[in-house]
Amino acid sequence: MGGRLAPGWRFALLLFFPLTFLLLFYAWPLARILALSFARLDGGTRSLAAALLSARTLRVLGFTFGQAALSTLLTLALGMPGAYVFSHYEFRGKELFRALTGVPFVMPTLVVAAAFNALLGPRGWLNLGLMTLLRLDAPPIHFLNTLGAILAAHVFYNTTIVLRMVGDFWGRLNPRLAAAARTLGASRRETLRRVTLPLLSPAVLAASLLVFLFDFTSFGVVLVLGGPQFATLEVEIYYQTTALFNLPLAAALSLVQLLTTLGLTASYTRLAARLSRPLEGQPPRRRLPSLRSWRARLWGGLTLGVIALWLLLPLGALAARSVVRLERDRGQFGQVQRGLTLDFYRALNENPRRSLFYAPPAAAIAVSLGYAAATVALSLALGLPVSWVLANRPQAPLARLLDPLLMLPLGTSAVTLGLGFVVAFSAPPLDWRASPLLIPLAHTLVAFPFVVRSLTPALHSIRPRLRQAAAVLGASPRQVVMHIDLPLVGRALLVAAVFAFTISLGEFGATSLLSRPEYPTLPVAIYRFLSRPGGMNYGQALALSTILMLLTAAGMLFIERLRIAEVSEF
Amino acid sequence: MKKILALLILLGVLAAACAPKTAPQPPAGTPEPRTLTVMTHDSFDVSEEVVQSFEQANNVTVTFLQAGDAGAALNKVILSKGNPPADVFYGVDNTFLSRALAEDIFQPYESPLLAQVDDAFELDPQHRALPVDYGDVCLNYDVAWLEEHGVQPPASLEDLLKPEYEDLLVVENPATSSPGLAFLLATVGHFGDPGYLDFWRGLRKNGLKVVDGWETAYYTEFTRWDGTRPIVVSYGSSPAFEVIYAEEPLDSPPTAAVTASETCFRQIEFVGILRGAPHADLAQKWVDFMLGTQFQEDMPLKMFVFPVNAQAQLDETFVQYLAVPEKPAFVTPEDIAAHREAWIEAWTETVLR
Repeated sequence: MGGRLAPGWRFALLLFFPLTFLLLFYAWPLARILALSFARLDGGTRSLAAALLSARTLRVLGFTFGQAALSTLLTLALGMPGAYVFSHYEFRGKELFRALTGVPFVMPTLVVAAAFNALLGPRGWLNLGLMTLLRLDAPPIHFLNTLGAILAAHVFYNTTIVLRMVGDFWGRLNPRLAAAARTLGASRRETLRRVTLPLLSPAVLAASLLVFLFDFTSFGVVLVLGGPQFATLEVEIYYQTTALFNLPLAAALSLVQLLTTLGLTASYTRLAARLSRPLEGQPPRRRLPSLRSWRARLWGGLTLGVIALWLLLPLGALAARSVVRLERDRGQFGQVQRGLTLDFYRALNENPRRSLFYAPPAAAIAVSLGYAAATVALSLALGLPVSWVLANRPQAPLARLLDPLLMLPLGTSAVTLGLGFVVAFSAPPLDWRASPLLIPLAHTLVAFPFVVRSLTPALHSIRPRLRQAAAVLGASPRQVVMHIDLPLVGRALLVAAVFAFTISLGEFGATSLLSRPEYPTLPVAIYRFLSRPGGMNYGQALALSTILMLLTAAGMLFIERLRIAEVSEF
Repeated sequence: MKKILALLILLGVLAAACAPKTAPQPPAGTPEPRTLTVMTHDSFDVSEEVVQSFEQANNVTVTFLQAGDAGAALNKVILSKGNPPADVFYGVDNTFLSRALAEDIFQPYESPLLAQVDDAFELDPQHRALPVDYGDVCLNYDVAWLEEHGVQPPASLEDLLKPEYEDLLVVENPATSSPGLAFLLATVGHFGDPGYLDFWRGLRKNGLKVVDGWETAYYTEFTRWDGTRPIVVSYGSSPAFEVIYAEEPLDSPPTAAVTASETCFRQIEFVGILRGAPHADLAQKWVDFMLGTQFQEDMPLKMFVFPVNAQAQLDETFVQYLAVPEKPAFVTPEDIAAHREAWIEAWTETVLR
């Protein structure tokens, strides 16, 4: 070993940049804002403790937990069958279909609310249809502003996480294990319960944790679709910060949210360590069977149908509305033409009032893509070494400490962290206010846990013997990585890249920082139109949303077709 | 398919690259322009040529920073006190003014142009926050819907308690929305404290609907768009927007604002020079510029608010459809400062619990 670094040092070196990144862009701004907030405490700690332990706070905490648990279960219920179909069967349009299921992830909440309203609202298609069909006077379905709306929207947003993370892992499971169980006389159910699910559990657990954290910190969905009678911790933090300017209480609530996240991720890490086992990696590019038997067709069709209804129909409703004239039939207000139109798209390229902040859609697309590309590059560069250490040295003290901490950015209040960014990075020595760099950095904080959680199970499932065999045969550590690890996790790497890409495209975080209004991202441009009255404004918001959808789908298809390292068929 | 997609993306990037660069080249021989940073809320808008004329006249480059809605932007300014992210901050309104003044984020500047501004707008006698514009938060209604259903537009806040207005009104949550808070203040101004709570109790009994923000109220709940409620809390300028941003030219506005006495609340927006601003001299020039007629005349069709400068001429289209309440409900700035949080909390307990 002379001249080489001891393994411990090598791991430390690999972790240096990711750790520095987290310290600088997560821990530092968070510490700054918490310190500033608690410094404003003038009523004494006792009143703060009382407010923190009030019935109201406990109710909010209970609701936050409850809705997140329910949403996660529902998301799994829809995502698991979907993951199975995607990883086991080939069918026409599969890639496009899968790309489209990722589109909800980037859609701004207000636009999603509009889509759900167009389908399920009091004047939505379903209610109007039922009213005509059953001759009712009032809309029979009350959907908006119910717990149901919150749950439905969470499933809409997050099913793609389960589809991708579990689907990818499932596709690499060796089918011979399940086949062996069947040969030995186990029923389908037993095989699923005692062989397949235990083998899948690391991926299922990781996906569930991510989904849960997203639902746990849900803000826009609860505010817009749930309505004012529902509040999660994040909503409460926003309320205390903006409406009441009670920063100490907001900071204390942020801490509660943070500690809860930490508890969750710590128990996740323990559970994952117990469940995860190295498996024989299976190259994922075998030819998959098509849905041939009646049984496969029925279940496959049913699963895909429900996913299409839940995830794709709202998107379709939005896209349809962006090319239809919106004016309702009101004869007395001028001549209203009905029918199809591209006016909204045309208007996007005009700046009739010569606004200084006008950005043509191509510019907004370029800004969004630029941030997304930077986020993908940064989060992969930081996430890959961390995953490698976590997968190879799960028992090392540093790794055990690090693992639960990595997920914290996902469970941290965006309101609090956004303020922290402003405070921490507008003063020397880190004077980066309004630097366009801060936006992809903030996006990377959210994308980073996704990258690590997508890569670690895949890296971990590589049998150490494969690497040892390669080493014995004379491969250098670099060659082992290039020829063993990369090909086997290539797919997972793409999954991670897709997550980072979509997180960045959809993130509305720019407004929680300081931003230059001349360079809006697509979601920011959508909100601009949506915050003004008038048909042209509404129509242009819908048109831009459709462009965002197409861009997301195209981007995901593009990434998935990249080949990081060719996988040869065994 | 693969190639098409790749091409699509390439096209987008190329199209963006072709977009003209906006930064004007300074004429040779002039000293390097200085930079003035102006922070605003995200509804701020201005014409290109208006800013250019300021930049050329003062050999300065103006950088704008946006930081979320009015409340979020103010919080950021307060938290970076002493080391301000900008020279000037525009966008504190009279509902947030007390917070800005209590935190002492502005330095006083008595602009000579204040002489052209009605004293009623000057809520800070020390001239730390200077008025720029005002607008009214008023009830809006769907003209056709009310006609079709034979319902008269409400003529007072009390009218909303009558049975014929059952299930017709949607408002925004004052805790999360600026027009929502303004309307709450209108009810406080009209009914007094604690009378306003009785009114809200009555509204609740009469089928009031509360949503998080203006976008949801207007585009999801209002009958003019996708909703079932023909009366909504919006702005006095919204009917004008409906005409100017209509899909097809309209003969008359499809919506109207209720301007009856004490049914609206007037929001006044302020600008101020931040304490510790690195370019305080330029900042003063910018404040003068915002109060001057060129900016004040550009503003109405950009942000749909009224100029405070009495000498500013209003655009024809703007005046035509604009509703101006004769007597908006009024709450003193001191009262707002003292009770703002308590009113919001009491409202929340009364209407939402």
